[in-house]
Amino acid sequence: MAVRTTTAFERRGLSDEQLRQLFRNMLLQRQLDNRGFQLNRQGKVPFALGSEGHEALQAGAAMAFERGKDLLAPYYRDLGLCLGVGLTPYEIMLSIFAREADHNGGRQFPNHYSSKATGILSFSSVLAAHIPHAVGAAYAIQYRNESGRAVLCTNGDGTTSEGEWHESLNFAAVHKLPIVFLVENNLWAISTPIEKQMAQPEIWKRAVGYGMPGKRFNGFDPVETYACVKEALERARSGGGPTLLEGMCYRFLAHSTDDNDMTYRTKDEVTEHRKSDPVPRFEAKLVEAGIMSEADVAAMKKDVLRETNEATDRAEAMPFPKAEDLYTHVYEGAWQPWQ
Amino acid sequence: MAVTTSKMTASSQTMNNVEAVRATLYEALKNDDRIIILGEDVGARGNVFLITKDFIDEFGPQRIIDTPIAEASIVGIAVGMAMEGLRPIAEIQFADFIYPSFNQIVGEAAKTRYRSNGEYTCPLVIRTPYGGGVRGALSHSVSVEALFYHVPGLKIVAPAFPADVKGLLNAAIDDPDPVLFLEHKKTYRLIKGEVPSGHYTIPIGKANVLKEGTQLSVVSYGLYVHWALEAARALEGDGLSVEVIDLRSIRPMDRTTILNSVEKTRKLLIIHEDNKFGGIGAEISAMVAEEALFNLDAPIRRLCAPDVPAMGYAETLEHEFMSSPEKMAKAMREMVAF
Repeated sequence: MAVRTTTAFERRGLSDEQLRQLFRNMLLQRQLDNRGFQLNRQGKVPFALGSEGHEALQAGAAMAFERGKDLLAPYYRDLGLCLGVGLTPYEIMLSIFAREADHNGGRQFPNHYSSKATGILSFSSVLAAHIPHAVGAAYAIQYRNESGRAVLCTNGDGTTSEGEWHESLNFAAVHKLPIVFLVENNLWAISTPIEKQMAQPEIWKRAVGYGMPGKRFNGFDPVETYACVKEALERARSGGGPTLLEGMCYRFLAHSTDDNDMTYRTKDEVTEHRKSDPVPRFEAKLVEAGIMSEADVAAMKKDVLRETNEATDRAEAMPFPKAEDLYTHVYEGAWQPWQ
Repeated sequence: MAVTTSKMTASSQTMNNVEAVRATLYEALKNDDRIIILGEDVGARGNVFLITKDFIDEFGPQRIIDTPIAEASIVGIAVGMAMEGLRPIAEIQFADFIYPSFNQIVGEAAKTRYRSNGEYTCPLVIRTPYGGGVRGALSHSVSVEALFYHVPGLKIVAPAFPADVKGLLNAAIDDPDPVLFLEHKKTYRLIKGEVPSGHYTIPIGKANVLKEGTQLSVVSYGLYVHWALEAARALEGDGLSVEVIDLRSIRPMDRTTILNSVEKTRKLLIIHEDNKFGGIGAEISAMVAEEALFNLDAPIRRLCAPDVPAMGYAETLEHEFMSSPEKMAKAMREMVAF
């Protein structure tokens, strides 16, 4: 299935500054992604997960998120979304290095970001397990009549096969909850292609079955993504209920540093999708539209590299959690383990 | 809404276990608007045992949620509510139906605090009726406690008496961590007792010595603690002195009360309705063997369900699976005589 792309440049209400922010987020994602893989190859971290190919989708969606109000229920391939809603590269690196100062104290896998202050819910690696949590949080928002707030809940295409994904959308629709379900469809679930995941490959069409609006958009276009997510979030915030969105993208890297994607897909396929790589594409558009000069782009890339280097060095210098930290936060207060 | 009672005094009321659960939930809903009850048929029907009857009229459908039939998300949505500041009480209609929500309980609720390093918490109560002796067959009579007691981060209580139901349910609702609240179906209307008026809690993790004795310690919980008490009292006439401990909480478990009792009586019999293999009794046995082996004058014994998948529907099959005060008395006699 081909990823649809648009050529006409539409800014959808975004200022030049916001457009540059979108691009910077995309560059930062790619740089941090690469850094995780590099650190793994250097033997400095045991594991890294990439989100290359999701940059535009996540930068655009994050731009529609209202900081301090909305909640984000992400999954493990949401580096750019988490950056876009307020996590810093330093916080990302603390997670990659599993340092004590990490939000979850070095307990979780990399990319399993959470931050209460930023409104990012905590999640596990069990796919779709976080979808009902997002729905419960949306219920709390609605119950307390906190209009103007909504939950942005994301997952990959594979996760839509899980029972809890279905259960959650159904419940959200019954209660008209303030939530947007955003599927980042990159066509692959580790090694399982979309055609083995579902007979009807247009996930957004399932919205009809739940009784909510559904829409598919080009997730390689950050501006189109922004506009679609914004529309859905605004509907959610103003009592219009949930929406199912499907952003089309592609996973350029293997699933993780522990995966070799050449065992199940061809180099040609990846190369073909690379032609639509959203990062150079958006760069060209911004330059063409005169929003950034080539010198601006070069300066931004340099600055992103500097920020990534600083975050890497600063996080790497931080201590690991102490061995005795294993025993904290089992329950509230001190816990004497059953010996 | 009036809470049905058969007798009332100034400081306490006589209630059965259904009434104790109902009265406690009612007070909790009245006192804290963060409390939401969600589950199958808890609203218009008022729960299949009528525990939440008429609640929806008083507290509204936003607080008493008739959910779609989807156990994984009943718990999962409750986890999300809890993470976002509400105090949900999720109901699984029968413990036998809890399996679809296993990951949400074990992988999510129990690990929310831990995996977020304390940034997020999950103050959640999951209530569910369990246990046999009611012709519930394979899928309306299981005991599920052993499937969950392996899991740090989770608390499990299984009160047997109405006063404990109230005190422990209040404690579970107040608790900042997830609590699995197990209600034995057979005791729902069978067991009556005095329940103190007003708000009180019983600490989770504290056992209760129901009857003191010197020759044998019996540890049990749920329906079987009533039968164990009946058996122990019957043996008094023959001069046997059996101590009966109601565990009440399964996790955390009250090691101190068990070890103190065993130190005194020097013999331990564990009785539970759940299967013997890998059951709660296995952990208690191992703990006592590790901590107090040389205080024992007899091998530890476990009187539990046979190692079969479940009790059958036919009366003969249920009877064979279940213990009885007579079988318990026999085991107690043998232990004292050892």
